[in-house]
Amino acid sequence: MIELEHVTRTFGERRALDDVSFVVRRGRTTGFVGGNGAGKTTAMRIVMGVLTPDAGQVRLDGRVLDPATRRGFGYMPEERGLYPKMKVVDQLAFLARLHGYDASTARARAMDLLERLDLAARAGDPVDSLSLGNQQRAQVAAALVHDPDVLVLDEPFSGLDPIAVDAVASVLVAHARAGAPVLFSSHQLDVVERLCDDLVIIAGGRVVAAGSREELRAAHAGSRFELVASDTGWLREVPGVQVVEFAADEAVFDADEATAQEVLRAALVRGPVRRFGPVVPTLAEIFRELMADGAVHDGAAHDGAQVAA
Amino acid sequence: MSAPTPPSLGAATLLVAGREITTQLRSKAFLISSALLLLAVLAGIVVSSLLAGRDSAAVPVAAPTAVAAQVGELKGVDVQQVPDEDAALAKVRDGSVKAALLPGTGSVPRVVVLTSTPQAVVDALTVTPKVDVLEPDRAGDGVVRYVVSLAFGLVFMMAAITFGSTIAQNTVTEKQTRIVEILLSAVPVRALLAGKVVGNSVLALGQITALVSVAVIGLAATGRDDVLTLVGAPLAWFVIFFAVGFVLLASIYAASAALVSRMEDLGAVIQPVTWLTIAPYFVVVFFNDNPVVLAVASYVPFSAPVAMPVRMFVGGVGWAEPLISLVLLVVATVAVVLLAARIYERSVLRTGPRVRLAEALRRSAG
Repeated sequence: MIELEHVTRTFGERRALDDVSFVVRRGRTTGFVGGNGAGKTTAMRIVMGVLTPDAGQVRLDGRVLDPATRRGFGYMPEERGLYPKMKVVDQLAFLARLHGYDASTARARAMDLLERLDLAARAGDPVDSLSLGNQQRAQVAAALVHDPDVLVLDEPFSGLDPIAVDAVASVLVAHARAGAPVLFSSHQLDVVERLCDDLVIIAGGRVVAAGSREELRAAHAGSRFELVASDTGWLREVPGVQVVEFAADEAVFDADEATAQEVLRAALVRGPVRRFGPVVPTLAEIFRELMADGAVHDGAAHDGAQVAA
Repeated sequence: MSAPTPPSLGAATLLVAGREITTQLRSKAFLISSALLLLAVLAGIVVSSLLAGRDSAAVPVAAPTAVAAQVGELKGVDVQQVPDEDAALAKVRDGSVKAALLPGTGSVPRVVVLTSTPQAVVDALTVTPKVDVLEPDRAGDGVVRYVVSLAFGLVFMMAAITFGSTIAQNTVTEKQTRIVEILLSAVPVRALLAGKVVGNSVLALGQITALVSVAVIGLAATGRDDVLTLVGAPLAWFVIFFAVGFVLLASIYAASAALVSRMEDLGAVIQPVTWLTIAPYFVVVFFNDNPVVLAVASYVPFSAPVAMPVRMFVGGVGWAEPLISLVLLVVATVAVVLLAARIYERSVLRTGPRVRLAEALRRSAG
């Protein structure tokens, strides 16, 4: 498990990370979500040791990270980088060898990963001849080629088509299930929602929400329910029910749990019920709600303005 | 999670060096330019030997059998035997020979020519006293000295700039593409720097050795053993000096390049080291007839790789001098490499505007 504890980092006047603490658990994928300039990349670079924090520390399984431990990490930096003129498979094999694999194992691992990422056909091409999406896959492969103990990926899905997203996602989930903590940032909230077990939401350099996806959704679910039945007009008359949206045969309403169960029973008496259940907000909705709630906004970190606590 | 044991610093260095070498060897531009360089050296030697050969083309002369037997073989003169004096004179008149050798006084024949006296014939027949030179001024000829100085200076400068710039460009490419962040998540910074310097030094030394070999073989094949004896030792020392001197420059190239993050900024930042690379060339080209300047330059680490071999070619260098100069060079190289490693370590992960030198030396990474 990776733990960030009270990590703070300032660039000149700008506080990029302000007392940031969260965990990335083994065997799970953790999505790191936030607006531009929220501090995602800074946090990831600190985990990788590319940047040093002004205060706070990062631990792996309880031990403070050192360069030797970090050598077992897999990393995909924010700005994509592989040697432009080098063949994809040579490049991956080179990186694997730097991690200690012998030449033939390194090559075999590189080819295996390229197969899994649907890139085997381009293995012999130089990186700069690949399309952006394929370069991205090669970059993901570079982070994974040494079977890393920890995986840290900065925007691994940006610029990928849906099929490529699936290919990359399945590799990442498989790696997490094999026991590694996997942390990745993304702007694509739908992808994060589908893929992540855990979430960390950051804004203006502070963690505004963290936890498992289900916990987060439940916490923000409130007491909203949806009913689809032949007739829903009568709902307005039920005490304790606040109708939010209404159509002929469909209604969304706020009520406490007990009232909602009574509504369901009453609906069944009146006729067939096609659907009934709590309305769980999407990640995008939670994200917008958090952004709107706090005084925090994307621009805060950019302007160097101190975020109101 | 069954990651293998990470390679040692040495093994990691060799892996990085290996990549630098194979990448360069697969580059068509590099192979073509190297081949052209070798061809140019070979062509230079062949052409110069042809020109030298034409100057000393044997002068044809005619001599009656008796005289021909008397003079025997003459250097630079092709003696054609004719039946008698008249036949010899006839050949002079029709221009098929430059002179006729006729019986003269004592053992020296009489030379009969049509209009002008061929110097080679007179020289060949002139008896000169045997002279033993105790301290030969081996390269008394200013032109030869100039050409040899130029050659050493040019070869050093071109090889050092070619491979030094390669190091600088690769360093910036790695920073610009951020692959350096991936590399450094695998190997220590020192391995990355050392691998770059070692890899390109091997390539540079390989190219220098190939050039020197071609020059030696070319000189031997065209029968210029005389030149070979003069430049043999300086050439060998040149290769040794180059091996160390290039490492000195290479580490400066790498450290300079690590200060910037974009290829556009590279030119400005490597300008000082480029001057250091070019300076020895100008020193030996302009001051190759100035023993004082040359002697000083042969001990200054940056110019020693060029100036010491030139001095050795000119002559008058004690056997210990190149050794002392080499020790100075090695000491300077070790010091500069340590300093460069410090700068490189502290700058290579800093992206954005150019890192100031003082800052790189003072502040810790990040």
